[in-house]
This record gives sequence, C-alpha cells and structure tokens, in this order.
Amino acid sequence: MKTSTDSSRRDFLRTTALGGGALVVSFFVPGAHRLAQAAAEPAAASLAPNAFLRIGADDRITVLLAHSEMGQGIWTALPMLIAEELDADWSRISVEHAPAAPDYFAMGMPMQFTGGSMSTWTEFERYRQAGATARALLIQAAAKQFGVKAAACRTENGSVIAGDKHARYGELVGTAAKLTAPKTVALKDPRDWKLIGKPTRRLDTPEKIDGRAKFGMDVQFEGLLTAVVARSPVFGGSVTSFDASAAKQVPGVRDVVQVPSGIAVVADHFWAAKRGRDALRIEWNLGPNASLDSASLREEYAKYAGSEGTVASQAGDATAALSKAARRVEAEYAVPYLAHAPMEPLNCTVKIGKDLCEVWTGTQFQTLEQATAARITGLKPEQVRIHTMFLGGGFGRRATPTSDFVSEAVEVAKAAGKPVKTVWTREDDIRGGYYRPAFVHKVEVGLDEAGQPVAWQHRIVGQSILGGTPFAMMIKNGVDATSVEGVADSPYVKDIADHRVDLHSPETGVPVLWLRSVGHSHTGFVMESLIDELAHAAGKDPVAFRQGLLRKHARHLGVLNLAAEKAGWGTPLPAGRARGIAVHESFASYAAQVAEISVENGAIRVHRVTCAIDCGIAVNPAGIAAQMESGVVFGLSAALFGRIEFKQGRVQESNYHDYRVLRMNQMPQIDVHIVPSTDKPGGIGEVGVPPIAAALANALFALTGQRQRELPLRATS
Amino acid sequence: MVSLTINGKTQQFDVPDDMPLLWVIRDIAGLTGTKFGCGMAQCGACTVHVDGAPLRACVMPVGAAAGKSITTIEGLSADASHPVQRAWAELDVVQCGYCQSGQIMSAVALLKVKPAPTDADIDAALSGNICRCGTYQRVRAAVHRAAELVKDSGQT
Repeated sequence: MKTSTDSSRRDFLRTTALGGGALVVSFFVPGAHRLAQAAAEPAAASLAPNAFLRIGADDRITVLLAHSEMGQGIWTALPMLIAEELDADWSRISVEHAPAAPDYFAMGMPMQFTGGSMSTWTEFERYRQAGATARALLIQAAAKQFGVKAAACRTENGSVIAGDKHARYGELVGTAAKLTAPKTVALKDPRDWKLIGKPTRRLDTPEKIDGRAKFGMDVQFEGLLTAVVARSPVFGGSVTSFDASAAKQVPGVRDVVQVPSGIAVVADHFWAAKRGRDALRIEWNLGPNASLDSASLREEYAKYAGSEGTVASQAGDATAALSKAARRVEAEYAVPYLAHAPMEPLNCTVKIGKDLCEVWTGTQFQTLEQATAARITGLKPEQVRIHTMFLGGGFGRRATPTSDFVSEAVEVAKAAGKPVKTVWTREDDIRGGYYRPAFVHKVEVGLDEAGQPVAWQHRIVGQSILGGTPFAMMIKNGVDATSVEGVADSPYVKDIADHRVDLHSPETGVPVLWLRSVGHSHTGFVMESLIDELAHAAGKDPVAFRQGLLRKHARHLGVLNLAAEKAGWGTPLPAGRARGIAVHESFASYAAQVAEISVENGAIRVHRVTCAIDCGIAVNPAGIAAQMESGVVFGLSAALFGRIEFKQGRVQESNYHDYRVLRMNQMPQIDVHIVPSTDKPGGIGEVGVPPIAAALANALFALTGQRQRELPLRATS
Repeated sequence: MVSLTINGKTQQFDVPDDMPLLWVIRDIAGLTGTKFGCGMAQCGACTVHVDGAPLRACVMPVGAAAGKSITTIEGLSADASHPVQRAWAELDVVQCGYCQSGQIMSAVALLKVKPAPTDADIDAALSGNICRCGTYQRVRAAVHRAAELVKDSGQT
C-alpha cells in the first residue's frame, strides 16, 4: 500500500482551487470593464485591451500587477512578460499595483494574493497573452490606418511598421480601442525572445533611491490620524478594564477606543499615539496561555516524537526494514519559532465612508483583506477599495489568513469614526505573533552494509499553519502539507522502498504563519543535515554520496554538481576553514549551496556561499541572482541568530538587538550560478532559503567534528 | 517652537522638545523618505545628516537638532544624480527598498570622510543599517562604485 501526501504546494493549490480549471483559466484574459470602474481611469484616449495593461496616447504603457512587490522583483519580471509579446519600448513602461478585483485572482485560485514563489510562473501565460492580445489589436488598427493587410505589418520597439509606413503605439490607441480583442493569440517562439532571459534592471529603483516610493507606512492625507494599539502581553488574553485618563492628557491624543485586539490610542501623529499608549493603565485577563514556556514546549514535542503520528507518506514497511538494517542512524532535530521581522513594521490606513471603505496597506492577501473590511464595516466587498502600497518586506507576514493587522485597523477607524493609520512599533511586530512554528523532527534511518539508506522513518512535530484558518480545507487526511513538504516528497525518502513520514500537529496557542520557504525552512535543514550525517557514517564524500542517491534526479544533480564545481569542492582551503554543501528542491525549483566558514572569536564566520539554481526558464536572470542572495541572507539570519522564545506566556525578544539578523560586517561573498534551462519557470523568491542552514551546519561539522541538530547554530570549536 | 533647516528650508515646528526628530520629519514635515524601522537606533532606516553627520533620527530628540541643518534622502539631489544614487541604480541594489534611504545616507556620509573606503570602512560605517532583503553585497559594491564616480566627477 502506498499513500502519499501531495506536499508540493504548487500542485496542491492547483488541484484544490476551482476544480482543476487552471488550464482553462490560464488562457482567459479578463476584460477591462471592471478595471475601469475600479481604477477610475482618466478620460484621455487609451487602449486597455485587458485588465493587465493600458497604453496611452503618449505611448506610455502601464502594467497592472496582480501581485504585490515586496522586494522579489515582480515589478520588473511581470512587465517583461507583457513587453516581450507586445514588442514594447521598455523605456515607456510604468507599473502599478492593481486594485483588488476578481480580474486579478491568482491563476486557478479564488483570491488575489502573493506567495508560494508563484507570481512569475503562474503569470507566465497570462501576462504574455495580455501583451500579445494588445499587439494584435495595434496591428489591426495599423492595418486599417495604413490600408494594408495585418499580415503585412510587423512590430518593433513600440511601433507598427508596414513597408515605409510607421505608427507609434500611442498613435494607434484610438483606433485600436474600437476593435474587438481576439480571444487567444499565438505567443512568440522562445527563440525570438528579446527580453525574457535578458538580465534586466529593476523598474522600481528610481523611486526607491530618492525617497519617493510609497510604502503603507508613508500614507498621509488631510485629516488622517495615527493609532498605536496596546495588545495583550500574552496571546489570547483580553482587556479586563482600562484607565485612559493619563493617556488622554498627552498632547496630540484625540481618542482612546477599545477594539477586539486591545486598546487603541488615536492621535495627531505617531509620537503622541505612542506616548499615549505608554500612559494607558490596563488590567489584562491573560487567558489560557499565561504559562506558555519554550523549554516545556520542547519537552512536550519530544514526547510527541515518541509516538506514531498521522501518516503523511508511506511505502513498504519502514519498521520491519529498520529492524533488519545492518546499521541505524537516529537523530532528533529542532528549530525554534521565528519572527519575519520585515524592515517596515506592520501598518494599515483605513478611511470609512457611507458606501466606500478605503484601505491602504502593504498586503500579500488583497481578497481576504477586502472581505474582512467588508464584514467589519457592513459594506459589500466591491465597496472596499484596497490600495496596495509597496511592501517593506513581506516574507509571509503580510499574508495572514486572519487579516490581523488589517482587521484591527478597520476596527480602530470604525470605533474612532475617523480615518486612521495604525502603526506597530518594532516591539509590537516582534512580539505580535504569527511566527514560523517551532518543529521537532525525529528520524531513524536504516543502512545496508555499504552505508546506503534502506529504511527511513521520519516523525515531524509542530503546529499546523493552515489549521483553524480559511485554508484548513487544504489539510488532507489530517496532514497539513506545509508541515511536511521537503520530507514527504523528498527524493531521498521516496526512493527508499520502505519509508514512513508521519506528523503530530499540536495546538499551543501561539499564532503561526508561513515564513519565507514555509515548511522547507526547517525540512531543508533537517534533510540535508541528515544526508550529511549518512555520508559521514558511510565514510563517503558528501558530494559523492549525494550524487549516488540522486542519480535518478537530473535537476537536483545539475545544481549539486554546478555548486560543487564553482565552489572548488575538494580543493584545499586555508587552515581553520571548511566547506559544507546542501541541495534542496522547493517551489518547483532546485538550489544547491556550498558554504565556506571558519570560527573566529567564538562566532561562526561565513566567508563565501556558492549558489547554483535551476528555476527552469530564467525570466530575469538579474532578479534571480538578487533573490538567491536575498534567500541566503534570510536563511543565514535564521541559522545564526533566529529564535523567538516564551517565558510565562511572554515573548522574550523585542527588537533587532535581541532578535538579531545578519549585518553588513557578517555578510559573506555570494556567487550565484544559474543553470541554463528550457523547462517551464519555477519559483525564485523562497528557493534560496532552504539549503543554507544545512550547508552551514555541514561545514561546521567538517570543521569541528560536532554535529549540531538545533537552530540557531552555536559556535563550537 | 523648534527651528529646523530641513533640506535647505528653515521651518518652525510646534512640537515637544523630546519628540524624536524622525517623527517631526515624517509626520509634521511630511517627508516620508526617512523610515521608521526600530525606534532604538538598531536598524539605521531613519538615518539622516545633522550638520553633515549621519545620525539615527529615531532616537534624536528634536530639541537637540534645534537650529541645525538636516539633510534627508529627499534633499540629497534634485534628480537622483548624486554619485551614490547613480551607483545604487547602476548596481541594481534595492529590493523591497524600505531600508535603502538609510543605507544611502550612511554611504554618503562615509564617502565624505573616506573618499576611497576599504571593505573594513564599509563594514564600520554600514553595519548599523539592517537590510532584511539581504542587499549587503550590492550595497558594498555600490559604495565602491560611488567612490569611483565621485573621484571621476570631482564631486563630493
């Protein structure tokens, strides 16, 4: 009997949503009529053949993003898809976040969102089709204007040309706007691509280097007040009573209102609101989590790891195979809760009118925020206008199924009866929850005489991210795929005839959430550390050992070999240095990393990281390199420093001094090598994160002979 | 009343002396390019120049800046032509962009005192500026590039 959890989120989402309609939807380019209502376009002549672009009489091509720019570079990659098929003049492209509207639902999903490293690959058809449709209309318009057949026209750099006749796109929009858009248009042969595959600089750079870029935090308008909210010091607590008299004495404080999440001080500006909050006197009912403690949780998880959990993936008989194995390797791994800690603290601006509620914020979840604001205000979703601002980092924190920071802001604006921007302090952000869950993995691997794995039993203990959210329907047979992805579908595990992966999903009261690379953020560490343990147990070189196990997995092998080669694997290093390697598939892409480290002054020093990435067609190689660098740094911060701890129900960390992240003086040199590929595009934003902690731990083992099975890593020598 | 000269313009602000300069710049003067990240001089997102020196505006009481000349990211150049901004664009440094005003202001201040900074100089001057997107490698390269641009143009 074989059961298997479909733990690739890509397939998971695809099959869950809209009854498998993805293929149909992927060729459906919704029209512009609803967009026109939502975006309130100026009346000037323009061509808006679909919801994703409009072309002005001034040749300006405005691309509307169905996804949020949070640093990952879709402000550039998605316009590249349109511009490629449109033969646009790249210098005339401008970009906007789209409004929240069904036209912008993610492919095959009933919602508009950004996550899962999905934006580029899920839009690869739709955005190219949008550009090609516009091009077809412009050609028809030119043919009419020139008095020639459409077949006689060609397009180049923002113009239609036929013989000696020539018209810029802007000159054709009036005519083109009266024509009917073709339903589907043939796309270019990849051999004819001029833009896709070309390293292209970011389009959002100009406004991000002179202070113009508007993040949610930067929203200001006449009459807007700022609120800072006092929330329970323990998750799940509530207000028993409060005294706002001192807070109301603070100059600039306008109002103090109670909302479901706590007490909001509403003031003329942040500083007054913050001082007002400091002056509040609140009695809290701390609720059921007042004794929450990290050390106790760790013990509790270890107990869970001793009993069978819900099966996530199983083949053969792992127990029997283990008992027959020549040797067994047993290991217990653990990772802590992690905060996302994006540079821009959470914030949200809300203005409620009679029949319109406007929300300005950096969100990854437009549709949910819209529904939430509608529910709280009693308006219809289409009466809620979401203005997506630049996100000062997301990493999953701005994709809360509970709409936590948006619902709170709507509650405050409603209670205050005025437009309000809620601003979280850094301490609020670090202590406000929605952490990557803590996990314990207990693994037993049976080896044959040659040291090859022949049995694999893997138990995972950790909170479900999807449980208790609107996404809970994605939990299949009791297994939240985001808890086991990277193990249940690991090629190492699946290639073993006798294996079993099971899962405990205890509830703890700690709000949890996806953090950049989700389950892979811990499974990449555990799997690639374990494989390293097995290589050393077998007396094999870690690269050679992996090459053997992955011999049937060409793309894993491709990045493994490329990273090893470029890092000079096996070549001598200066005294006191060592290398470690790891390879991991996530979000339909493959990454391998070699870390070169030393231990200096009691700290782990990472000198160099060599990264190989196979993400299929590399739409923007410049953006891919940047995202690999970004993923490595994000993963290094977690591996070296990241830990959220609880004592007596309270989060112990508070700001960047005790929730440390990598800084300039700790930055390694990172070299990125992209595997040339014609495979369909995979993800990029998260794929660089999973291997790095293991590459580091494996290097540390090579250096010190000590195997560390918990994050963050400690410097031992 | 506190008198501040921000980006060359002298203004009077009716705010308490202990209000951090950051919030005067952002919430009163309406210049939002200077960012709030931590409120305790840990992340550098709020870096501005006070009489030419890089300071963390989130912990500087506005009273201490009275009468001084403050430069924010908006005042660096009229058209993003400052060598540091040009180097940033050339090397495609930014990602989410939230920390970059602070990174740029720290880099500009460094180049004023060290026109040809070493990697160690860059570590010392910019380790107080956190970037969660991990753009450090490009920030470092862009500081070196900006130093070349300054040298070539004779501009400071």
